[in-house]
Amino acid sequence: MRMENKDYIIELNNISKSFGDKVILNDVSIKVKKGEFVTILGPSGCGKTTLLRLLAGFGEADSGEIRINGNDYTHVPPHLRPVNTVFQRYALFPHLDVYENIAFGLKLQKVPGNEIDKIVRKVLKMVSMNDYEDRDVESLSGGQQQRVAIARAIANQPKVLLLDEPLAALDLKMRKDMQIELKEMHKKLGITFIYVTHDQEEALTLSDTIIVMNEGKIQQIGTPTDIYNEPQNSFVADFIGESNILNGTMVKDKLVEFVGHEFECIDEGFGENAPVDVVVRPEDIYIVRNLESAQFTAKVKSCTFKGVHYEMFVDTDKGYELMIQDYNAFAPEQEVGLIIRPADIQVMHKERTCNTFEGEMVDETHVKFMDETFECLPQADAKAGEKVTVQVDFSKVDLIDHIEDGTLEGDVHFIIYKGDHYHLTILTDEGYHIWVDTTDIWDKGDLVGINIAPADIKIVKNNE
Amino acid sequence: MKRFFAQCYIWLLLVVLYAPIVFIAIFSFTESKVLGNWTGFSTKLYTNLFTGDMQGSGALVSAIENTILIALVAATVATILGTVAAIGIHNMRGKGKQAINFLNNIPILNPDIITGVSLFLLFVFLHISQGYATVILAHITLCTPYVVLNVLPKLTQMNPNIYEAALDLGATPYQALRKVLMPLLKPGMISGFILAFTMSLDDFAITFFTRGTVGLDTLSTYIYTDARKGGLTPELRPLITLMFVGVLVLLIVINIRAMRNAKNNAR
Repeated sequence: MRMENKDYIIELNNISKSFGDKVILNDVSIKVKKGEFVTILGPSGCGKTTLLRLLAGFGEADSGEIRINGNDYTHVPPHLRPVNTVFQRYALFPHLDVYENIAFGLKLQKVPGNEIDKIVRKVLKMVSMNDYEDRDVESLSGGQQQRVAIARAIANQPKVLLLDEPLAALDLKMRKDMQIELKEMHKKLGITFIYVTHDQEEALTLSDTIIVMNEGKIQQIGTPTDIYNEPQNSFVADFIGESNILNGTMVKDKLVEFVGHEFECIDEGFGENAPVDVVVRPEDIYIVRNLESAQFTAKVKSCTFKGVHYEMFVDTDKGYELMIQDYNAFAPEQEVGLIIRPADIQVMHKERTCNTFEGEMVDETHVKFMDETFECLPQADAKAGEKVTVQVDFSKVDLIDHIEDGTLEGDVHFIIYKGDHYHLTILTDEGYHIWVDTTDIWDKGDLVGINIAPADIKIVKNNE
Repeated sequence: MKRFFAQCYIWLLLVVLYAPIVFIAIFSFTESKVLGNWTGFSTKLYTNLFTGDMQGSGALVSAIENTILIALVAATVATILGTVAAIGIHNMRGKGKQAINFLNNIPILNPDIITGVSLFLLFVFLHISQGYATVILAHITLCTPYVVLNVLPKLTQMNPNIYEAALDLGATPYQALRKVLMPLLKPGMISGFILAFTMSLDDFAITFFTRGTVGLDTLSTYIYTDARKGGLTPELRPLITLMFVGVLVLLIVINIRAMRNAKNNAR
């Protein structure tokens, strides 16, 4: 029945994990092929480290199954798993020297001494640390310690190497060098690497497959090119690389409307006049002097030299702000023409078009949702306790500075700029998400009060 | 001028602190039965102490033996218990951790006399005949919190992934404890042991209430009884002097080692 297991070195099936009330992993399933370099990518707190720890055996999932090499390892303690971990802060044993650190696992396995010597020398050579055997680990630099940590993990010849943000503590130059070395090491060793990082550039450079995670859920799994060129939702588009994310409407197959203009595209099957998210990478917008031949026009607002290219912000004729990267500089205030090719427009289903809550009528003019009672327009024949669905437009949610004046309190969790407004994800103190469109500028982590006017609360009876 | 007064103050303080000990040390080199009466330089008291040629020497020697034995056993057991407890406390979270930390501090702040009396009542209530065993049990109770306090900071300073790294490399939880945790906690355990040892060594109140009526004496209870019988046995003077010198040497050694370590780490 489980014939397919042979192809996969790691299978995580429907893993969920909570700490107290907080859901860290929500029904995560991953399959990893033998020898792959897989990166789990996501912002801090997305559950990626927890997932790696479950794989290593530090803590158990609330539900779900972990299979390694086809065998069930869900309840197996860490010391019996065929995986080894490179920890973020090295976790070398300070009372042992480099040789003893690397030999630690081998000695436990009762490998004969001369064999250990050979392996230690081999792995030290692999991380370019020959002749460091007798050094005290605390006398090494951060980069050297990380090399020893990697050497220690691969000395045990694991089937899978788990790396938890191993380069995060190193400086940029060192990080770049280590990336190249890790990639070569992966090729040489031929074992599976599972690499956790929040650095999207690192993920794109290193991986065969990237798993993008957010809020305990997998957002997208794909090759670096897939993830970059065809993000499946606005979170992925925003997290990976620079992008212009805009609200659009799929007018019909192969025709999409955004920034107030219609564009040819290559996407089909969204239906007619369907609301969509549109992503255009800043390097995919062609900027020209000739206004006649352009699809639409804009005025340059700012222009910054970035080394290889210039980064420009422009205001379009219909009032949207776009980011453009081009090898040529255009002076601020200059009128320019813009062209976007059909293949460069990435059209994505909208995850939601308005806020939807499960609610309960309190009386004719009050409805309870998100654990809070809101005033609403009088509802004919509404019975107290009746279950209803409440809808609130993104743009109808009021955010205010004075949290005491809000019906609800929350903090700004996530921000996407959509050309002419911000799309915010607010996490309320009770743990609910509200999505808000606003032109006001908020920062991530800001505390906000939340109000919704009675007229903006749309109530739909569940039985209708 | 300010410097001068500061200097004077510190010297005055040191004189007040150490005068009694110096006094005893000086008078350990004279034969007089009464303290404060100089009858010429002599090392006879020292000779007496070691040859046992003195009044009631048997009781004193056995008191010294008891003291050291009780201190060794109590400190050893307390070090094991305290280290295990510290590891447990370190891995707790939230309110439980705070509560246990608080409970750990109570025996330290609690006056010894209260600990002594309450242990006495407990032993009586449980019909445990008092003697060696009860004194050792009482001293373990007294010492364990100090070991916890010495080991906990070592755990906090440790990289949180170190224990997991050992498991990850194939060590069983027991092997990880023995090969990785223990060596790293050793300095804390040693200082905890030394502290426990000295706490047990100079304890009077708790010993007094838990030693029972079998005639068990430690140094402190011996001196107390001896002093009540009318004047200190003169041979106690060289003993006290020797103990003080011993502690002084120990402290100097520890300080020199700490300085060397600090230098090594700075390098």
